[in-house]
Amino acid sequence: MTDATAAKSGVRKVEGAPLLELDDVKMHFRIKGDGILALGNKWVQAVDGVSLTLQPGETLGLVGESGCGKSTTARLITRLLEPTGGQIRFQGVDIAHMNERQLRPYRREIQLIFQDPYSSLNPRHTVGTIVGTALRTHDMVPKSGELKRVQELLEMVGLNPEHYNRYPHEFSGGQRQRIGIARALAARPKVIVADEPVSALDVSIQAQVMNLLENLRKELGIAFVFIAHDLGVVRHFCDRVAVMYLGRVVEEGPRDELYEKPNHPYTQALLSAVPDIGVVRGVPPKNRIRLVGDVPSPVDPPSGCRFRTRCWKAEEICATQDPALLEHTEKLHTACHFAAPPTESIVAETV
Amino acid sequence: MSDQTVRAPQTVARTPRARSADEQAYLEVSDLHVHFPTQDGVVKAVQGLSYSLPLGRTLAIVGESGSGKSVSSMAVMGLHDRKSTKITGSIKVGGKEIVGMSERAMMSFRGADAAMIFQDPQSSLHPYFTIGDQIMESYRSHNRTSKKAAKERAIEMLDRVGIPNPKRRVDQYPHEFSGGMRQRAMIAMALVNDPKLLIADEPTTALDVTVQAQILDLIADLQRDFGSAVVFITHDLGVVAEIADDILVMYAGNAVEHGPVDKILGSPLHPYTWGLLESIPAVSGTPGPLHPIPGSPPSLLAMPSGCSFNPRCEFRERVKDDLCRTLRPDLIARTADTGRASRCHLHDPDRVFEAEVLPRLP
Repeated sequence: MTDATAAKSGVRKVEGAPLLELDDVKMHFRIKGDGILALGNKWVQAVDGVSLTLQPGETLGLVGESGCGKSTTARLITRLLEPTGGQIRFQGVDIAHMNERQLRPYRREIQLIFQDPYSSLNPRHTVGTIVGTALRTHDMVPKSGELKRVQELLEMVGLNPEHYNRYPHEFSGGQRQRIGIARALAARPKVIVADEPVSALDVSIQAQVMNLLENLRKELGIAFVFIAHDLGVVRHFCDRVAVMYLGRVVEEGPRDELYEKPNHPYTQALLSAVPDIGVVRGVPPKNRIRLVGDVPSPVDPPSGCRFRTRCWKAEEICATQDPALLEHTEKLHTACHFAAPPTESIVAETV
Repeated sequence: MSDQTVRAPQTVARTPRARSADEQAYLEVSDLHVHFPTQDGVVKAVQGLSYSLPLGRTLAIVGESGSGKSVSSMAVMGLHDRKSTKITGSIKVGGKEIVGMSERAMMSFRGADAAMIFQDPQSSLHPYFTIGDQIMESYRSHNRTSKKAAKERAIEMLDRVGIPNPKRRVDQYPHEFSGGMRQRAMIAMALVNDPKLLIADEPTTALDVTVQAQILDLIADLQRDFGSAVVFITHDLGVVAEIADDILVMYAGNAVEHGPVDKILGSPLHPYTWGLLESIPAVSGTPGPLHPIPGSPPSLLAMPSGCSFNPRCEFRERVKDDLCRTLRPDLIARTADTGRASRCHLHDPDRVFEAEVLPRLP
């Protein structure tokens, strides 16, 4: 971006900085306690010290079970929430505590696709209005060119451009998700945060939307933060993957390394728990790691390593020392005192 | 840290059992139609579904939303509103005919002979009663026992489904249970009367993958012990591969393919099943491109003529005389495989699968 356009759009930039950078971001929600004068107040540590980077055009997957903080992270990146700690840098500029007015230009650069295609579209607005509002809010096109651009966007996501005056209820779930994607594309963002964009869709429709997202990524070079609980979907779409557990990133690295030789016990357990249809196609069954129990409460997380209460490798040190996210093997960063590749095959071999 | 909470990883592998010819069907559905008359016309949710299931086997019913998998299973439990639903055909459970059964007879059938587990344990448990009360109610409505004996039974069941500290847990309310624990409690409630037929409607869809693995193990384990027939409704083919002996693939209110799990997932014969397999990104192997099925499922108010899958089928042109658009194919047995059937006009589906579909599976 040249200085002239930067001045016009209001987005500042630090040379050489990554596109997006989370640095020790924390989000603690307060829950009201019983005591007087906030004595009984507790804090839900939804996100507790997450650091991630995203380069232009890259896709970063965030996986983890419910309550691990992946959706909160999405809301922090898009600044729908203000973090209670840490920095969120977009092109080197910290946007973590900007006010609404300062944020405006950055809102354009970072767009969000929601999970539920039913509740994320206003039922009283036509598709043209929904997508057009995004154009108008960010002054993307002159008023006269608005309809043409809306139709272009609809066509881009595989909808009939003539349908701009229809209402959301006239579309199926998969088509609605496409409308949500068109709305996100309207602002010509550099980053799209997709929070479970396909998990509400049926299998065959899910694959259609995945292919659409993939084509858009290739054509437009948009960077994605892709959040999903489906490990197959994430593997299909992402270059790099970060695994979250109870508000922290426990392992992060390039897709193939992470899926084939994960070092963190939780990643190993997570991958081995995924039912794989390969079994019936003659792929040797993988070694199953069955975790016992549930994820502890984020109000009162375990001391030290947060996974230790369910971990079979846990020892004294895990309760006292919090493991740092360090590079162990081949660009794979792992937060574990006993990080090691799996001893037996936990993922079925390539056919 | 106690030994109870953390166990070393264990290897679990299972092989589907082969069907033996003399097994008697416990559940027998034949030519089932479920229609809902509405202002816009008749919604034909299930149209002529037939299958049978012997004791000790697990049948997975797979299909997308609107395929009729839940509607047909609710008919087995007699859960449809009699006033607004038209059910024809026959459903026999252990020799008893369900279609047209009186509500009174239905009451003693439900829970005792057949039980159901639902997707969302949050909304299927009453928030106002303790877990123990709800299990006891289910037990005492079929057995004349004292409250004390019923409570003992409830504790025994909670213990059986792997809830730690059942004596304390029995007096807790649903909100004090986690999602996985609630689903275990649901299973305990369903199995308290030792039913011979268990219908599980997407029992793990709302759960996380590590908890899902625990629940799948539990269901498989309980089935081995109780020897019951299990109908497992799901849209996840990975889950199917783990738990099922047989698969019934449903599309637009009917079965399009039926057979043993290794055959249906290994070398399916119906283009819809091919499309499903081509749509699922795998967690292992080399990631390849996805080939989704074009379009979306038909409206149940206006079904296409001929084969209900024909508007989305890429192999439609291979069949002579435009048969796919004019004649609805029957569910017919294929090859020499036992109990294997598909509903398609293609005359050489096994060759088409080997040559064209298999190479492009993701």
